Amino acid sequence: MAQAREQDLRPWYLLSPALAAIALLVVVPMSFILVYSFYENIDLGLDRPAFQFGNWHELLTDSYYHVAIWKTLRLSVIVTVLAALMGYVPAYFIAFTRFHHKWLLLLLLIIPFWISFIIRTLSWIHIMGNEGVINALLLWLGVIDQPLHMMYNEFAVVVGFIHVFLPYMILNVYVSLEGIDRNLEPAARTLGCTPWQAFLEVTLPLSLPGLAAGCLLVFVLTAGSYVTPLILGGPDDFLFGNLIYDAVMSELNWPMGATLSFTLLVLLGLVVVVYSRFMRLNQLTKAFG
Amino acid sequence: MARVELQSVTKSFGQITAVKKADVVFEEGSFTTLLGPSGCGKTTILRMIAGLEAPSAGDILIGGRRINDLPIHKRNLGLVFQNYALFPHKTIGQNIAFGLKYRGVPKAEARDKVRQALEIVRLPGVEDRYPTQLSGGQQQRIALARAIVIEPDVLLLDEPLSALDANLREEMRVELKSIQHRIGVTSIFVTHDQSEALAMSDRIVVMSAGEVQQEGAPEEVYNTPATEFVARFLGAANLFDARVTAADDRLVELETAAFGRLTLPRDRAARLGDAGPARLVVRAEKLALSEAAAPPGTVSAAATVAAVDYQGQLARYFLQIGDSQAQAIQMIDGRPYPEGAEVTVSLRPEDCTALPPASPDGESGPTGR
Ligand SMILES: Nc1ncnc2c1ncn2[C@@H]1O[C@H](COP(=O)(O)OP(=O)(O)OP(=O)(O)O)[C@@H](O)[C@H]1O
Ligand SMILES: [Mg+2]
Repeated sequence: MAQAREQDLRPWYLLSPALAAIALLVVVPMSFILVYSFYENIDLGLDRPAFQFGNWHELLTDSYYHVAIWKTLRLSVIVTVLAALMGYVPAYFIAFTRFHHKWLLLLLLIIPFWISFIIRTLSWIHIMGNEGVINALLLWLGVIDQPLHMMYNEFAVVVGFIHVFLPYMILNVYVSLEGIDRNLEPAARTLGCTPWQAFLEVTLPLSLPGLAAGCLLVFVLTAGSYVTPLILGGPDDFLFGNLIYDAVMSELNWPMGATLSFTLLVLLGLVVVVYSRFMRLNQLTKAFG
Repeated sequence: MARVELQSVTKSFGQITAVKKADVVFEEGSFTTLLGPSGCGKTTILRMIAGLEAPSAGDILIGGRRINDLPIHKRNLGLVFQNYALFPHKTIGQNIAFGLKYRGVPKAEARDKVRQALEIVRLPGVEDRYPTQLSGGQQQRIALARAIVIEPDVLLLDEPLSALDANLREEMRVELKSIQHRIGVTSIFVTHDQSEALAMSDRIVVMSAGEVQQEGAPEEVYNTPATEFVARFLGAANLFDARVTAADDRLVELETAAFGRLTLPRDRAARLGDAGPARLVVRAEKLALSEAAAPPGTVSAAATVAAVDYQGQLARYFLQIGDSQAQAIQMIDGRPYPEGAEVTVSLRPEDCTALPPASPDGESGPTGR
């Protein structure tokens, strides 16, 4: 009896360093944020410790915040869908190419990570800006006589996000494609499928777990960012993260910033939990493959 | 059901020639085995027939029709892969019905056919399970069911038994053959296991390094190998240097160092000329050991037992006969001859085969190179 109980505890001993690290680095700071959200902001950068629901009340009643949540969800969905569509093709190519130096293609995907993502984002100013490469080329060719306004709008923000997050999608899809038995498509072909039908019957469903993981990652990364809209967006192209940035950095209203941060965290956490619960169920019915 | 014909089919992958000018006919309804060591091009031939690879040269005919340019999905072939290649995300029922779906078979009819196919492979009632819930042998049968349910013109089997353990393999060997016999489909079976080939086939095609070495009934290939490669690959064979001393169209007389002169019937030395060097092929089980004098009608030599490999009802002896070594396999009832024993080995000339010597660049094709 005693021995059985002791054995039950063993996983917890083994997990304890990880649990301690998580508690110290995640749970404790989050608790601080939660506590801070009940403080009162008196003046610029001046807070009064309190337990009041003023910040939460403002969040729930001010439609400005609701619009931000809606904008964030909408843009994240757009970016995720585009990244899925644009990421699947290169992932498929890298997984199934007969090119002998596959590592080179994978390296090409990873190299951009060596450059700061802010710098990569800024580079679009030189590509799509009024004096950027595209406009210069089109003007020189005489296709247009006024520069096109491609910067500081939602389009530029989407382009920036895709640029930065696409490798995550490609790598996730690639990994699941790589795990598919190479004889399955030929098997489907000999049973009467055209190449496209074989793809739809075999490869696509078997790569869905990777696609789903990639989508979740891109969604969460997009919904949590503020730098890309700050650099590439116009005044209306803000995400929820930008409100946090404004509250903390411009208004020096830390209690409100804490409230917004906690909200974003809970919302995204909810997305992750619901989504992975849904995907796991899905995988069960898809059977143990 | 249809006859399959390869007409000087060649397949190269860059520098590698996987199949060299193969001319093979697979008769309608027959069970033919492609036998050869790893990398000799067996799978490549199968994949070309299935349409998964295009031949670099030559034609492939099914039922008299050239199908080189026919896309895979229009060929109506059943292919069983070495690793089964069942769809892991589909149930057994969906796996087997897959080919029927793309042939426009109505759902109810497909369900009946799936049930029948599962009965043929003796696994009724597993429609709703997933492939990973079945054992290797069961998955293998499902792969077979999926291939035969579409009533293919040709059934292609790429080492379907190699992933099974020894007992199951022998069981499935018998079962596979009897299923093939019942449905009568032209079958092409790939293996590198000679006993599998001998046990199952109507005909055997022996291959080496992309070339067809010999084609014939199992006993023909076993008893009268056409090349040294075939002699060595099928069972244990001894090869002795010999020289043709006399020949006519009925008999061939050979001179060997170990056994002196012996006379073979012409059909046992069909490929030999009337003079010159030759190789005498003696199967290990055709070498008889005794302590007494050799029986009449045999040639014999004195030998020393160098080593014994005792296998219960059989013993394998490694012998020293003069300058040459030889292997003998014998049934025994009592104790085997001990190491170092002096014995008489004898053989009946009509059990032997004589071949022209291999060309100097190693194992050669039937005509040399
Ligand atoms: N796609 C390919 N690209 C390059 N070379 C190949 C390809 N497929 C096969 N080969 C080469 O062709 C030769 C024959 O291969 P094949 O797979 O037909 O052999 P096999 O007889 O089936 O061997 P095993 O018993 O090992 O399956 C080998 O040398 C192999 O390396
Ligand atoms: Mg093979």
